[in-house]
Amino acid sequence: MTALSVRDLRKSYGDLEAVAGISFTVEEGEVFGLLGPNGAGKTTTVEILEGYRSRDGGDVTVLGVDPEHGGTAMRERIGVVLQSSEFAAVLTVREVHRMYSGYYAHPRDVDEVIALVGLEEKSGSRVKTLSGGQKRRLDLGVALIGDPELVFLDEPTTGFDPAARRTAWELIRSLRALGKTILLTTHYLDEAQQLADRVAVLREGRIVKVGSPAELIGAAPRVEIRYRDGERDVVIETDEPTRVLAELTGAAAATGRELKALEVVRPSLEDVYLDLIDNDGDA
Amino acid sequence: MRLFWREVRNQQLLFWRNRESAVFVFIFPPMLFLLLAAVYSGHIDGYRAPDLLLVGMIGYGCINTAFAGLAISLVIRREGGGLKRLRATPLPPTTYLAAVLCSTLFVFVLQLLLTVALGVGLYDARGPQNWPSLALTVLLGVAAFSGLGFGAASLIRSAEGSSAVVQLIVLPMAFLSGSFGPTRHYPAFLRAIADVLPLTYLIRILRHVYLLGDTFWSQPRSILIVVAWGLVGLAIAWRRFGWEPRER
Repeated sequence: MTALSVRDLRKSYGDLEAVAGISFTVEEGEVFGLLGPNGAGKTTTVEILEGYRSRDGGDVTVLGVDPEHGGTAMRERIGVVLQSSEFAAVLTVREVHRMYSGYYAHPRDVDEVIALVGLEEKSGSRVKTLSGGQKRRLDLGVALIGDPELVFLDEPTTGFDPAARRTAWELIRSLRALGKTILLTTHYLDEAQQLADRVAVLREGRIVKVGSPAELIGAAPRVEIRYRDGERDVVIETDEPTRVLAELTGAAAATGRELKALEVVRPSLEDVYLDLIDNDGDA
Repeated sequence: MRLFWREVRNQQLLFWRNRESAVFVFIFPPMLFLLLAAVYSGHIDGYRAPDLLLVGMIGYGCINTAFAGLAISLVIRREGGGLKRLRATPLPPTTYLAAVLCSTLFVFVLQLLLTVALGVGLYDARGPQNWPSLALTVLLGVAAFSGLGFGAASLIRSAEGSSAVVQLIVLPMAFLSGSFGPTRHYPAFLRAIADVLPLTYLIRILRHVYLLGDTFWSQPRSILIVVAWGLVGLAIAWRRFGWEPRER
């Protein structure tokens, strides 16, 4: 079953074309990442899918319905973590969860959700006493309280320290184990690589590449062979690193020359990504 | 309906748990009444001083709760992203807004009863002379000033400045409209301003209904002016109200 389908989606703000015709589908149970720099159109896309914004063109379905007219029936089935939202600072973690659980026809058990997001010990504490990471977990708990089939996570770890990010990642992985479909936006490459089954790389409102993280690396620029020749740094880009390296080292060994600082560099996903968002999008 | 009452309860929890709003919105008007009633004595404009001040302070309480309190809390919730987050839940926006209004009405009625009890108990002020008409006046006041509150919340951009902006409207209006004492000796231009303010007319209706026992409907002109102001607020809200943070 397709959880999300987006075809030729367009949205402009004045002269700025924030989303310039993007298409993708997300299957049920899949974790799909929208990856791109700030201003690439990630949040606009997600907010159209969440039903916050109207679109200028294209077809969109969320769990089989058009989010612009999804109404309460659609909202029963989705969970949303916005980039930033503050819950009433004077309420306790438990009270916030209970308040939101009242909005859904079939909510999950409040204490169960609090345990799921690891806030048991903070259950009776006021929201204003929570750390940034704990507040983010509260966001996630509230997003899960309605037992959604589909969860939108808009930059869930922006501003986290490395340890808090690892914890958040574990949490998001546990959502997948629950069978949730997840649409995730991020501008962190490693986050997409860690969490997403498939990634769409966005640049200036267009998708420049879709695929699993492995496929993205597979479609990579070439391997680089680097070494130092006297004062000169030599970089050779090649699709056949074995042959080139053999020739190079063979020739050097024959003349008794040492190739200083020799290394063979495989492109990381980061290189692929930077390549995609820097160069023209046809890569 | 179940959702509605549940949300009213939520709003009550939020209101009373937030000590600043509870003190400023709920306690401040009765406290001010106690102070003013201790200062003024004798008669004002043909009424006994505590009677007139009591009615004036009910008017101030109404604008302070339904206009100032409502506008400030809406702006703070909007700018914090709380309103936007709420829109992603199945709770219908109309249910939410109706619950906010109902909760505001409830707070104001409690405050009115407290102020009346203080006035009657401590200063021998007159109790309400026409309860049903007073109830209608309360509904009119809360509806109209909430309308203006929604309008103001739609125009105010930042949470930090909201309280200052709102009080800049509320305090002079209360002063000019006679909440804090006699206005008969004000210079003509101040009284001319007071003549267009909605609070002036709400207090006028309150004097007739609460002190003289007249019926609510005996004051059609004042009712119309208060309603008109409320509609102006709603019209602004209709055009400009948003659920998403403005700043940013």
